Amino acid sequence: MLVDVHAHFYHPASQRIDWQERNESRLAAGERIGIAWHVASILGSWGRTSPTYFPSPTDVTVGNDALLELISVHPRRIKGYVCVNPNYTEHAISEIERCVAQGMIGIKLAASRRADDALLDPIGECAAHYGLPILHHVWQHRRKEWPGQEASDAVELCQLARRHPEVSFILAHIGGGGDWRHSLHAVRRADNVFVDLSGSGVDYGMVEAALDAVGHTRLLWGADLTLCTGLAKLRYLDIVLEPAALNAVRWGNAERIFPAGVFGAAL
Amino acid sequence: MIIDVNTFLGHHPFRRLDGGSPAAIVAGLERVGIDQAWISNLAAVFWRDPTEGNRIVYQAATHHVCLRPVPAVHPGLPGWIEVLEEAVDRESPCVRVDPISYGIAPSGSEMLALVRAAAERNLPLQLAVRLEDSRQRHPNDLTGELPAWAVRALIRSHPEARLIVTHADRDLIEQVHFGSTPDEASRILWDICWLWGPPEDQLQLLVTTIGAGRFCFGTGMPLRIPESSIAKLELTELTPTERRAIESSNARLFARS
Repeated sequence: MLVDVHAHFYHPASQRIDWQERNESRLAAGERIGIAWHVASILGSWGRTSPTYFPSPTDVTVGNDALLELISVHPRRIKGYVCVNPNYTEHAISEIERCVAQGMIGIKLAASRRADDALLDPIGECAAHYGLPILHHVWQHRRKEWPGQEASDAVELCQLARRHPEVSFILAHIGGGGDWRHSLHAVRRADNVFVDLSGSGVDYGMVEAALDAVGHTRLLWGADLTLCTGLAKLRYLDIVLEPAALNAVRWGNAERIFPAGVFGAAL
Repeated sequence: MIIDVNTFLGHHPFRRLDGGSPAAIVAGLERVGIDQAWISNLAAVFWRDPTEGNRIVYQAATHHVCLRPVPAVHPGLPGWIEVLEEAVDRESPCVRVDPISYGIAPSGSEMLALVRAAAERNLPLQLAVRLEDSRQRHPNDLTGELPAWAVRALIRSHPEARLIVTHADRDLIEQVHFGSTPDEASRILWDICWLWGPPEDQLQLLVTTIGAGRFCFGTGMPLRIPESSIAKLELTELTPTERRAIESSNARLFARS
């Protein structure tokens, strides 16, 4: 069994004219790879009417609604993170309440506000209240500002995680570019921070270093926007892990940090 | 049979990188079922004289039958013609040149002289657009990327020139392919290591729009694990003929024989 903890889909109001094709491609590739659940988010309009990493409240809602619609079409394949922009606290909280009531199982924070900012605390409190993990977009060693986002690095995410020890945080895409060793050093002793393996980066040594830093109990499999590199890391995990540890990374750890029973019989 | 045209030996000058020894490379090939790898010296790409890294490449190829040497040539340094001659004598499938890393104009007079000399020897030139994601570079690694216009200029500069371009993304490939005549485009082979599979399906699209005949298998090992390019092929709908072409026959036809 396999859970992709970092998936995305598109929708008609998004930037992509080929949104349906891309969604179908992800689902078809998922069938070939053996993905039981795509745990996905939609980042607003993906840049069409507000920036991808700074989605307007209106776009946040449109994106979350599109994901809910997609989940209703694929109730046995797709689960959802509710995407929020923490700069709009009331809207963010109401979106979490609304979407959790409709079955979403986690919270997605992109890069609208630095991870260590106090404005993320209400989101953390809400996550604790509902027992939801937070998937946080992370730039692996930021060093400087990057255009188009208020990116966070692992050190900043760990500061937020320390303030909310009862919440599981997922450090997004260790293969998403940047100095991944920097991130792994930062999360080594952050017990409530999990590392997702997604991203296009597939460097030699990355999987081993991740296992060395967080062990197989805090490692999660995901693909993000490149399922080929996700499959590559999966194949590599097959070689370096014993079956029990492999199952933990493939789905067991996800089952542990998401609300109980959400993956149901498919697992 | 699978031929990996894009493999490196050695170390990265800006960060720790495991897996660059000949033994580790061979183990990686065996692990995923790659039969042959064309190898360059990774660290030497950054050296003032990259040809000083050729000896270890030739040595590794001598000791491991599955490795074929791709020596570096720097057309701005004295003796570069001899480097080409040695490559021919030692049956290299191609030679590599990294003009941006060397600090020379990517389609300047030195490069044009190299294209001509290589073409006259029926020797393809291998060029990398990049070696790794620009987001993960060391702050002092400010090397730029090979631009599409330079590739177009190089292929136009000699009617017998042949280029193997590695680490190219979809956009660059399309800009060069559709910015070239059919004859020019037919003399370029692109490796697949920087093309993404689903859901973007870049390789799938390019096989449809450009044709499988223009692509070859490459991994970029050890900067990337070889499983990545294997997985890409697995997730792309290819006919057996197309897959064979990408996995080996295009590279075999393109290599200097």
